Amino acid sequence: MAEYRLTTPISGEEARALRVGDVVYVSGVIVTARDQAHRRALELARKGEEIPVDLEGGVVYHCGPIVREEGGEWRIYGFGPTTSARMEDLEAEFIERFGVRMVVGKGGMFQKTTEALRRFGAVYAQHPGGVSALAVASVRRVVAVHWLDLGVPEAMWVVEVDEFGPLTVTIDSTGRNLYQEVLEEARRRAERLALG
Amino acid sequence: MVEEGIYRAIRRAAIRLPSDVQKALEDALERETSPMARSILEAILRNLRAAEEGGLPICQDTGTPTFYVELGEGFPLKAGVREAILSAVRRATEEVPLRPNAVNPWTNENSGDNTGRGVPIIHWDVVEGDGLRVRYLAKGGGSENVSALYMLSPSRGIAGIERAVIDAALRAGPKPCPPVIVGVGVGGGADAALKVAKRATMRPLGTKSPDSTVAELEERLLEEINSLGMGPMGLGGRTYALGVHVEWLHRHPASLPVGVSMICWAARRALVEFRPDGSYEILEP
Repeated sequence: MAEYRLTTPISGEEARALRVGDVVYVSGVIVTARDQAHRRALELARKGEEIPVDLEGGVVYHCGPIVREEGGEWRIYGFGPTTSARMEDLEAEFIERFGVRMVVGKGGMFQKTTEALRRFGAVYAQHPGGVSALAVASVRRVVAVHWLDLGVPEAMWVVEVDEFGPLTVTIDSTGRNLYQEVLEEARRRAERLALG
Repeated sequence: MVEEGIYRAIRRAAIRLPSDVQKALEDALERETSPMARSILEAILRNLRAAEEGGLPICQDTGTPTFYVELGEGFPLKAGVREAILSAVRRATEEVPLRPNAVNPWTNENSGDNTGRGVPIIHWDVVEGDGLRVRYLAKGGGSENVSALYMLSPSRGIAGIERAVIDAALRAGPKPCPPVIVGVGVGGGADAALKVAKRATMRPLGTKSPDSTVAELEERLLEEINSLGMGPMGLGGRTYALGVHVEWLHRHPASLPVGVSMICWAARRALVEFRPDGSYEILEP
């Protein structure tokens, strides 16, 4: 279990060095996207159109923040992760098309994403669920927002952060998926319980 | 005045966790030995301090605002309670701020102020007396999404109930942001079992069912669920559940409904009690 401090953009070499259990703090620019933003980005890319952000070496964060406009500037009041499972159908293509090196969320992802992370040399990291105020403390500023028509939580927020974390690597580029391992063990243990 | 009291209860719940939950999280950290589980719990506890010091919501998912109202028959301001709840929610959304979480399922339009058809959720109970008690619950989507209903054959008995709750925990895995509080509702009908299960997640940690059979089941289920080893955030460890609370209702002879509801570690709740003149006090429920 090693601890890393990474700055965006993250290189393929940096991402491939990460292993399940490592703790990472990220500085630089990260981009939020929930299912609606994933869907829109992929629709544009499939038509050969540009998306408004460069995600090469980027960190995509599954997050619907609390944001308020104050004096012409956006201020973030809540910045914890949302459930990543909702993006499972979209993430593999998202990683492949945009060159994302780190997907951050909570609750883990499944086979298709695990395979894409392995193929393209990227990782999935868990931000502790609900740990929102601490994440706000790592926010330097909102750089930009795209697709506000999707609603505040679903829009794509481009955010500059300083030591964003702790992020725990839970799916790495070797194909290890910690959630899967923990759940398989839990199912084995459940079978051995004497109930009633 | 009723609006002000409810607004303050919402704000307090969003920013400060009840002390029983906070204590349970501290105890969990003492039990855990795995570095990953410890790192998660330490971040959660640091987050609680950051929220309170900064006056920030604990979690960005400030939930679907849910109220359990005990309205005294003689409460002089009873005609205005519903309006007071709605305006307190709108004001809290703007001022705390809360995340707007009311979405039209057909158009995906967000109403922007946490009100809409059926939102906030308000459960009304008319009780004796001339006061008003309003309990507020802020529950996020992640833990609401793992709610489960089992319509068992009554012959399955207590073992069947136990198996259903274990199954719900295995299916939930990392999704509801564990450590969770597990609420179980036995009996009633399908809707009543789930309603009672959710209400059970609001019972303070450390309290036991007054029925000894049920209290034993609560204790056994807590041990069993934690023995699965899923731990905080489902990354492995000793604490998946902080508590298991079982509530029950009489059942139909042909039915044994078991509702399971979980709430994430950010089990945000507050209670505000109004006196007949509208003055109030905010309490830890």
